Amino acid sequence: MKFGVIRFPGSCDEVDAMHACKRFGEAELLWHADRDLRGADAIVIPGGFSYGDYLRAGAIARFSPVMEAVREFALGGGPVLGICNGFQVLCEAGLLPGALLPNTSLRFVCRQVDLIVENASTPFTRACDPGDVLSVPVKHTTGRYYATEAALDELESEGQVLLRYAEGQNPNGSARDIAGVSNGQKNVFGLMPHPEHAVDPLTGSADGGRLFESLAAHVEALAPA
Amino acid sequence: MKARVLIRPKEGILDPQGQTVERALPALGFEGVKEVRVGRMVELDVPDATRIGEMCEKLLANPLIEDYEILVVER
Repeated sequence: MKFGVIRFPGSCDEVDAMHACKRFGEAELLWHADRDLRGADAIVIPGGFSYGDYLRAGAIARFSPVMEAVREFALGGGPVLGICNGFQVLCEAGLLPGALLPNTSLRFVCRQVDLIVENASTPFTRACDPGDVLSVPVKHTTGRYYATEAALDELESEGQVLLRYAEGQNPNGSARDIAGVSNGQKNVFGLMPHPEHAVDPLTGSADGGRLFESLAAHVEALAPA
Repeated sequence: MKARVLIRPKEGILDPQGQTVERALPALGFEGVKEVRVGRMVELDVPDATRIGEMCEKLLANPLIEDYEILVVER
């Protein structure tokens, strides 16, 4: 299977994302001006500061040519993973519910956090079990997940909250300790923590690899035998 | 024509910037200031002011988390 990793002007985590993807499949870097996804089976929108994050984080990137292709891919059921800035881009694009606000502390937060797997029956978490704890770093200033109370209730009842910060470890003031949410169809997923920085025990944790492993397994399971 | 768009966090959304400003004011002798909200302003020179609302909905603001107010300042 092949991952496609998107690079916008201002992305900074695409190299680590490529590295993470290559542990579980092939990977190709896609440029923001590309209009096709070159046969990628799964798309990763990495972290960084796309287009300088001017106006609002992710607000400009959603209009890039490659995002039109990503939208089509997502609407057709293709799996799309947005990490940090990628999560912000997917929310701004309306492919994920909610929005990301500045951290309650107004500070840049960079630390290792524990994430609880809430729903393990998705293309992004199938290599995990419900209740598994993943140790993954966060590093952001605008990561406070927000949605209306009614929308949050619906996310919870539909199993769209895939990952939650462990009790007492919410780094940004996110509603209901939400670290990552999916769309209703569960083929688009965004999270603030950085699984691509936690794929090698050398850096303290390889838990983030489980998400890439899940995606690869999801695509392989769909492939004709 | 020239216009200004004022964008602020929606009511009910925690605004830590506003809170920080509110807490700083008494230290300078400005007592009793409440409900401080910090937003941003966009100035535009537009050919057609009737389209600013659409610009706000699509780009200038995120209607899920922000309210906006359009002021035409010079025709």
